[in-house]
Amino acid sequence: MHEEERRVVSVIVINEASVLSRITDLFSGRGYNIESLTVAPIPESKYSRLTIVTSGSVRVIEQILKQLHKLIPVLRVYEHADLVEKEMALIKFPISESLSDIDALCHAYNGRIVNVGTDVIIAMVADEPKRVSNFLKAIKRFHPKEIVRSGAVALER
Amino acid sequence: MQISGAQMVIEALAAEGVDTVFGYPGGAIMNVYDEIYKQDNFKHILTRHEQAAIHAAEGYSKVTGKVGVAMVTSGPGFTNAVTGLADAYMDSIPMVVISGQVPMSLIGTDAFQEIDAVGISRSCTKHNYLVTDASDLARVLKEAFHIAATGRPGPVHVDIPKDVTAQIAEFDYTQPIELETYKPITKGNARQIKKAMDAIAAAKRPLLYLGGGIINANAAYEVRELAKVMGIPAVETFMARGTLGHENPLLISMLGMHGSYAANMAMSETDLVIGLGARFDDRVTGKLSEFAKNAGVIHVDIDPASISKLVNADYPIVGDVKNVVNAMLKLAPEKIDPVRYEPWLETIEHFDTLHPLQYHEDSDRLKPQWVIERIGELLGDDANISTDVGQHQMWTAQFYPFSRPRQFISSGGLGTMGFGFPAAMGVKRGAPDKVSINVTGDGSILMNIQELMTAVESKLPVINVILNNNYLGMVRQWQTLFYDKRHSSTDLSVQPDFVMLAESFGGIGYRVSTKEEFDAALKDAVEKNVVALIDVTVHRLENVLPMVPSGGSLFNMMLEYKDK
Repeated sequence: MHEEERRVVSVIVINEASVLSRITDLFSGRGYNIESLTVAPIPESKYSRLTIVTSGSVRVIEQILKQLHKLIPVLRVYEHADLVEKEMALIKFPISESLSDIDALCHAYNGRIVNVGTDVIIAMVADEPKRVSNFLKAIKRFHPKEIVRSGAVALER
Repeated sequence: MQISGAQMVIEALAAEGVDTVFGYPGGAIMNVYDEIYKQDNFKHILTRHEQAAIHAAEGYSKVTGKVGVAMVTSGPGFTNAVTGLADAYMDSIPMVVISGQVPMSLIGTDAFQEIDAVGISRSCTKHNYLVTDASDLARVLKEAFHIAATGRPGPVHVDIPKDVTAQIAEFDYTQPIELETYKPITKGNARQIKKAMDAIAAAKRPLLYLGGGIINANAAYEVRELAKVMGIPAVETFMARGTLGHENPLLISMLGMHGSYAANMAMSETDLVIGLGARFDDRVTGKLSEFAKNAGVIHVDIDPASISKLVNADYPIVGDVKNVVNAMLKLAPEKIDPVRYEPWLETIEHFDTLHPLQYHEDSDRLKPQWVIERIGELLGDDANISTDVGQHQMWTAQFYPFSRPRQFISSGGLGTMGFGFPAAMGVKRGAPDKVSINVTGDGSILMNIQELMTAVESKLPVINVILNNNYLGMVRQWQTLFYDKRHSSTDLSVQPDFVMLAESFGGIGYRVSTKEEFDAALKDAVEKNVVALIDVTVHRLENVLPMVPSGGSLFNMMLEYKDK
């Protein structure tokens, strides 16, 4: 298991009951990693698209692709080489933090403040996963109360 | 036509040409059993445990090549069937298993005999369905049979809630199957096949590595032809026994953990492995880094995921092995000159002479290997041979003179003790003109002994030959070899009286400790054509040899064991 690489895999599946568990069972049953997984229906079709971020050696990745393809409701499996990848994050800050500083930082990461209430500020960013991670480091000084990441979605160029 | 879900099950099975269903009724599946009572399309064989129903259907499927069908109820009925599903999945046996489920309105309420059946079967079936509307049943059952039998075969599980079997809906079984996400590749890539043939032509020491996929694909006779035309020697996996036939001069033997010295040495010395429908299982390869170290690899398999999973294939060919072998046969005469491999055949001959597969007779006690050979001498091609799991299974694979595909029925991948007897019942049902033998051990036979009742009732005269060493022999062997003889929980000296046991069920029992007694018992059982237990007392401490210790290299075989 040398040279583990991070890979982004897209899977097109029939949008039917238990199809997601077929995929996650495959990963857990065969000991593969899931770093993140997103799933949503493809508009105007009977299919859904999953984006799975995983890691493993070349052989493991090849097995993952083949095993995914073996599942009956799976239409296509892509492993992305040249891709546009984005992830969203929502962050909740105490109202006492500086609204303008947070806003400026969000802008640098393709985001903005989306809600300000009596107690909290909620901000969002949407960027490459690595940049989202950097953003989350940068905002530590604003004492975030809650963070939610969406997991990556990707499209091949 | 408007019929109930339960009637749809009967109609679908009739349309698929099913002549036998093995099963066990219960609350959630009662509507279907009510319809079974009214029909005469197929025979229902009532086993005495759900696990046995699945194994019987597996045996039936393996001997006939048809899809095996079994039926169970919800909850414990289904969970008892899981071992069978897992067994069929590991050995790629086409099966459709139908289970009852609690009514839709109760699903998720922890109802009586409720279990998330499709959740459990997901990881041990090729595919599964929970049918939530009777109008889906025709499509689902048709797809189930199609998926089970095509591509790499396997079990498909269909879970039907009780109210769905009562629901009246439209049934039309003539609609074509539309599975746009499931299209197995069956025809091998022509250019890749040509390249593979060039590699064979260039090799000096090629070796055919034959797997169970050949038997699944009904390609054994094509493979025999291919081996002959090319003059290339072959090793068989456990699952492929019977492919070439024991008299074939090109067959070396079985390879792997208990393979012959010559077979394992051939695999270690070959310069080109020609894998046909085999999956490089760990019991075959031993230590992977040392396996066929200097060889190129051609790998033909219907399942792309089997290729380069464990051993990298230089010539991967995805396709039905029968199609691919036929394509290879077309190219063989112009590309391959059998004379080229004659020195290689001599080398293998030398390996075989050096350490042939053998055992030493003992004047006191019968040797288990002798019993296997003797069954072969007395019955040969007239018997189908099932086994349970353990030492007796390996001795059968080593010493029985298999002459045809589908003659050997055994649990290879999962290694399920208790498989043999019910499987042998299914075998008898599928091939009534052959004697159905189950070679078993004193451990395994007790794991589904209740099937004596099924066999007697349904007139399935299986002859169980118990190689009785008063041990859980294979585990005892490992304890002797690798655990300093600490025989933890493997001494089975406390035993039932097998003769009385057989007779209490209405079968016939024999107690055997000499060659003469064995011959007489086997002949009598065959002649009487009844369910039999032949309890053969064999040498207690015999080991299965040769042996490649787990994780060792194929060429480092333990050939003999001397007790110190």
